[in-house]
Amino acid sequence: MGIIKTSKLIFDYIRKDEEENIEEIKRAIDGVSLDLEKGQFIAILGHNGSGKSTFAKQLNAILLPTEGTVWIQDLDTSREENLWEVRKKTGMVFQNPDNQIIGNIVEEDVGFGPENLGVPTEEIWKRVDESLKSVGMAAYRLKSPNRLSGGQKQRVAIAGVMAMRPQCIVLDEPTAMLDPNGRKEVVKTVHELNRKEGITVLLITHYMEEVTGADRVIVMDEGKVVMDGTPREIFSQVEKLKSYRLDVPQVTELAYELKQKGLDLPDGILTLDELMENLLPRFAERFPGEVILENGGSHGN
Amino acid sequence: MVIKAEHINYIYGKGTAFEQHALKDVNLEIESGEFVGLIGHTGSGKSTLIQHLNGLLRATDGKLYYNGRNIYEEGYDMRALRSHVGLVFQYPEHQLFEIDVFTDVCFGPKNQGLNKEAAAKRAKEALTMVGLDESYYKRSPFELSGGQKRRVAIAGVLAMNPDVLILDEPTAGLDPKGRDEILDQIKRLHEERNMTIILVSHSMEDVARYVDRILVMNQGEKVFDDTPKEVFQHYKELEAMGLAAPEITYVVQTLKSHGVPIDTSITTIEEARDEIIRLLGK
Amino acid sequence: MLKDITLGQYYPVDSILHKLDPRTKLFGTMVFIISLFIANDIWAYVIATVFLAAAIKLSNVPLKFMVRGLKAIVFLLLISVSFNLFLTPGTAVVSLGFLKITKEGIIVAGFMGIRLIYLVVGSSIMTLTTTPNQLTDGLEKSLDFLNRFRVPVHEVSMMMSIALRFIPILVEETDKIMKAQMARGADFETGNLIQKAKNMIPLLVPLFISAFRRATDLAMAMEARCYRGGEGRTKMKPLKYGNQDRVTYLIYFLYLAIIIGLRILRVQSF
Repeated sequence: MGIIKTSKLIFDYIRKDEEENIEEIKRAIDGVSLDLEKGQFIAILGHNGSGKSTFAKQLNAILLPTEGTVWIQDLDTSREENLWEVRKKTGMVFQNPDNQIIGNIVEEDVGFGPENLGVPTEEIWKRVDESLKSVGMAAYRLKSPNRLSGGQKQRVAIAGVMAMRPQCIVLDEPTAMLDPNGRKEVVKTVHELNRKEGITVLLITHYMEEVTGADRVIVMDEGKVVMDGTPREIFSQVEKLKSYRLDVPQVTELAYELKQKGLDLPDGILTLDELMENLLPRFAERFPGEVILENGGSHGN
Repeated sequence: MVIKAEHINYIYGKGTAFEQHALKDVNLEIESGEFVGLIGHTGSGKSTLIQHLNGLLRATDGKLYYNGRNIYEEGYDMRALRSHVGLVFQYPEHQLFEIDVFTDVCFGPKNQGLNKEAAAKRAKEALTMVGLDESYYKRSPFELSGGQKRRVAIAGVLAMNPDVLILDEPTAGLDPKGRDEILDQIKRLHEERNMTIILVSHSMEDVARYVDRILVMNQGEKVFDDTPKEVFQHYKELEAMGLAAPEITYVVQTLKSHGVPIDTSITTIEEARDEIIRLLGK
Repeated sequence: MLKDITLGQYYPVDSILHKLDPRTKLFGTMVFIISLFIANDIWAYVIATVFLAAAIKLSNVPLKFMVRGLKAIVFLLLISVSFNLFLTPGTAVVSLGFLKITKEGIIVAGFMGIRLIYLVVGSSIMTLTTTPNQLTDGLEKSLDFLNRFRVPVHEVSMMMSIALRFIPILVEETDKIMKAQMARGADFETGNLIQKAKNMIPLLVPLFISAFRRATDLAMAMEARCYRGGEGRTKMKPLKYGNQDRVTYLIYFLYLAIIIGLRILRVQSF
């Protein structure tokens, strides 16, 4: 089985009043069965309330299934004796950068996890050094977190998780509170970690641009998995995504709109380059001699 | 002209080790009924600037006029200014505190001195403006969803009936549909009530779609002040500042650089689509 | 800017004192404070002054930072000095109507004033040369023995450390909430005491809620990183005594011995 596996997972939020009588039951996860492969970069998309954050919390046993099972590398999360192993294997980075940093200076926060695991002092320092380097924050190790930008704080949080040497990292909307630059920083960092360290990454988000580089995209709605495929497969279905309150990158939407107007374009165009590849030949035909297909200037995207 | 800023300078922590020149000689004029976008990277001074516009911060130097009067003159009623220039901060739902939604929205009008009935009338109007019906009135603000809380907070400022509404990143943290809903509502406010609106945002796509005019701040200075089409032509300079232009700008600029005779002032998907179809059509 | 407000205000510079184990400094401060209450003659105060002056010099912290703490107690200082000056019975030196200043009064007031000043400066030296984290670590380690009496030393230390971390954040948040409510016409300035208290509700309620939210998030993050209390935890920066600490302890004992000795010898002196 894959590194993360769920079988018919169901989770209800139960609200009780003062006398412990049940006031309201809300089904947040409604039958999710997934098998996630080791080493992949998987994105989970969904609007607020789709159940994606609740799902994330199942993966390190912060929440336990109401029904069904969750396995982290063959360990059943609902069994108490597995709790700390599960949390060791599945690191989690949360949405609010401040509310997950405990240390008063960066290197102390990164060491917090290993301290909890009872790692010997010397080894702690080794891990802290490596983790800070792997997220590009080694220069800030003596700084107070209050002096960092949102993106930097999240990278520290990621380092703190990496120092525990997990098998996979789950990031629950890590960029929701960041500005565009911060978002780019964080996504770039986790992609690198996925590539260089082979860490399985599960990125939970509602920003489409962050997802185009993933190996697999899962879309959730009303607690169920409603779409599951490669980014290209998923983004081709623009109307469907909109019905799930999601968006597509502007480039993809433009391609879709052009297609609606009769232009023959392939599905699932994700990047500027891909759009150019498909449009320029047509323009070259239409305006022979005027339009150059070769590089006329590069524009970063 | 409803707001005018002349040579505004703001230095905080003057004389200490943390002295920062947050606003450097900022001049701007905003006409009544305009829909203005304010963009800038974190630390560019945009948040500091908007806090000057409703008198929460006082300029170290320079003059600020509201409806022709200098707000720094002796005896000017700053509290009254805040009734006319409403400011919705980022994550405004953090300011909710009352027992129920309706009472919280009444907070602003009550502070303005309105009696119970008048305040209630304003609250009802404001809640309707943000699309929250009566079923929400008696509910505790803390049991609402993030997007709903946000709308309550915005209603709380609208209930003061401001002439100018400033919103600092009203879409922060919302999902795509939530973003569209809030921005559409703001657009409606602009159209139906002719409110002057200043929208601070990080999203170039949002700004390009809704505003008439964009102010770009960088390191405390105002660097651009023009229509979206004009501002985004400077996309390379924007990039150098750590900002970006809407993705569409890059599409048309790239096409242009390859010789396609496309109008590079296009900033929205719809315009791009129509123009491309037109160019490729028979 | 507000982000830099930390309790005790650590002054980062290289010095012998900065390098000492925090426990040594905690103990030293305690010894010094005790000595101030034992000392009751001019010679003891001279020794105490030498001790303090040496500490100030060794800390490499500019004097003006030490003196900052005194601003806070100016009022207290004035009151206790005046009380002792005017209300001590004895031989009058100056008389203004029914107010009289006695010779005994001057001496008592003088010692009282010096005691207070030295107390504040002495404590400042400790906080200026020790980071808040070192302080909590030091307290945790030295109060370790209380664990036997079921006192949750580690948990309290963790709480203090987290509180220190979040103070600047909450200060900033208070400012934000205040501004947001002022933008809605809230008035935090006018009104009598009761009025002002009432006006604080729009500030306190959101602040409390925010603090609770942060606490919940933080607890979840700590658990996600396998925190489960003090059992089995290792330390990234374990406290270990060095030779300079041992020497310092020796100096403390000598100092205290002298002060106590002076007191015993000169029991009638004051």
